[in-house]
Amino acid sequence: MSTNERKKTSVKLGGVTLEVERRGSGRPLLLLLGEEHLELDAPFVDELAKSFEVIIPSAPGFGHSERPDWITGPDDIAYMYLDLIDTLSLKDVTVVGFSLGGWIAAELATKNNGAISKLVLVDAYGVKIGGPTDRDIMDIWTSNPTKVAAAKWADPAKGERDFTKMSDDELTIVARNIESFARFCWEPYMHNPKLKQRLHLIKVPTLLIWGEKDGIVETRYGEAYGKLIPGSRFAVVPGAGHYPHLEAPQAFMTTLRGFIG
Amino acid sequence: MEAWHFTEMPYPNLPPIDSLSTMRVSLSNKHFDPKIGADLYNRYLDEYMIADDVGLNLLCNEHHQTATCIDVAAPLTAAILARQTSKGRICILGNPIANRGDPLRIAEEMAMIDCISRGRLDVGFVRGVPYEIFAANTNPTTTVERLWEGIDLVVKAWAPTDEPFNFEGRFTQRRAINLWPRPYQTPHPGIWITGSSDLENIKRAAGRGFVFATFLQPHEKVKWMFDGYRSAYRDTGLPGGGGTAYMPLVYTADTEAEAEKGAQELTWYLNAKAEPQYRNPPGYVPVEFNVNALKGTFTGRTDAMRKKSMEFLKEEGVMVYGTPDSVAKQIKRLYDLVGGFDHLLMMQQAGWLDHKRTASSMKLFAKEVYPQIRDLARTKPLETRAAAE
Repeated sequence: MSTNERKKTSVKLGGVTLEVERRGSGRPLLLLLGEEHLELDAPFVDELAKSFEVIIPSAPGFGHSERPDWITGPDDIAYMYLDLIDTLSLKDVTVVGFSLGGWIAAELATKNNGAISKLVLVDAYGVKIGGPTDRDIMDIWTSNPTKVAAAKWADPAKGERDFTKMSDDELTIVARNIESFARFCWEPYMHNPKLKQRLHLIKVPTLLIWGEKDGIVETRYGEAYGKLIPGSRFAVVPGAGHYPHLEAPQAFMTTLRGFIG
Repeated sequence: MEAWHFTEMPYPNLPPIDSLSTMRVSLSNKHFDPKIGADLYNRYLDEYMIADDVGLNLLCNEHHQTATCIDVAAPLTAAILARQTSKGRICILGNPIANRGDPLRIAEEMAMIDCISRGRLDVGFVRGVPYEIFAANTNPTTTVERLWEGIDLVVKAWAPTDEPFNFEGRFTQRRAINLWPRPYQTPHPGIWITGSSDLENIKRAAGRGFVFATFLQPHEKVKWMFDGYRSAYRDTGLPGGGGTAYMPLVYTADTEAEAEKGAQELTWYLNAKAEPQYRNPPGYVPVEFNVNALKGTFTGRTDAMRKKSMEFLKEEGVMVYGTPDSVAKQIKRLYDLVGGFDHLLMMQQAGWLDHKRTASSMKLFAKEVYPQIRDLARTKPLETRAAAE
């Protein structure tokens, strides 16, 4: 459990209310959650909150955040987060994004680097590397759920969640997250065709961290992604799948700390 | 009451069902033999022509990437029937307008079929079952909005215009819209829509005078839906047309034993299976339903019924089978249980039910059952005030 106070706030951006959690104190770190929001209860976030103020927005349609119809993808969400950085008057922000959050972080950094000091993408989606029939990103929506779990986790047992023990509010969030993930990422599947052409605009130091055994987006995808971002570094966390921060938190934190301090 | 013949045009010639993980979406198309397919298409069309001959109306639909239904373009079937039949009404139930993504093309096709058939067409619109999301690659979270935006555009495009108009909606943007041909019927063919648990959808259909149709549901739930429809008549007024339609599996034979055997074949449809990832695409049903799904208390309709006995399904009104008098009695009972309905949509063919038995059941129904139910009163609003006004 958290030893840091979790300050739940809501921030109105252009008429859309997002829930934003603020934890710890220090330099600002914008933590962009993965599509399942599993980071919220992970110990590594409390660890980060000892030296950073960790700012954790829920994307539109995720958690308790609103989802107006005009928001159709990560590109729109990235603009909202630029608005958030501006509204909260954040400077020298370290941006760390996981999975879908990594995609949004990359979009954000292509639009404006001004307030960002460092960028970390963890097993992120967002670009299409190969041709029309190449499977860059496993199709999680046409694959048997058992296969998806095996691709996502080095140890699938770690990904099991007992929904029967959750409250209706928690289940509503799970269902909203599943729905909004599909709303934004169904087609084009998990990528923005324009992002690849924009990644050279990222001028801040960038680290990509990848789980060695990620079967959703494999390390070769991560390496190709990194080559599109000038000067970026690529690091692998051994023995972990799509969520290295959850499956191998110590190795993950060592890598992360080595980059963000 | 109007009676309709229906087959999904199944392709039953598969390896044993127990050996397959799915019959939908991902069943390898190597199992499709075009020569068998050719025979099946022609046979099913022949059966529609027999239905027309004996005085039944003709209902068709479409699905994609599935052995349960090789009719992949209902407008093609309807076009063939428009030309080759002469009496029965033809209803497409329906056009998957969200999945096809081009409402104007549908509007054109329907207008053309309505002209060829000289006004015998009814035009249904469906959101499409969950499996269809994958073959069409429609965003599963927006199909309801796409459906209604599409219907509105079709209806507008069917009307006479003085000059072309532009449409800039959420899902469709088109310019210089000016439909040639216009439909044969004025102001346009009857519109049908399907639904199950979404009461708002049902009321919306009633408010616009659309026929509301539902399939293979227990009679209590059918009554709940039809009551919702009838009360919306009262709430929103009666714009004309409209009505209710229900589809059970139907088999009529000279003896109870034969009827039971025929009906048994029809249950093939209920046993059609699909892999879990295709059954409930993300965001296809509302968040509240998915909360129940996570708890394990919401399962699909077909899944729930598959395990039930034929006797149970007969009791629920999901299956209707027996001798002509027994079938007529069952339909009247169902009619009373659900508060009346206007269209009996009969899935009279499914799975391995062969041509001979299908034709025999259809003919017997038309000759000995239909006269007994034809004069059942049409749907009325729950409160007649609106209709009277």
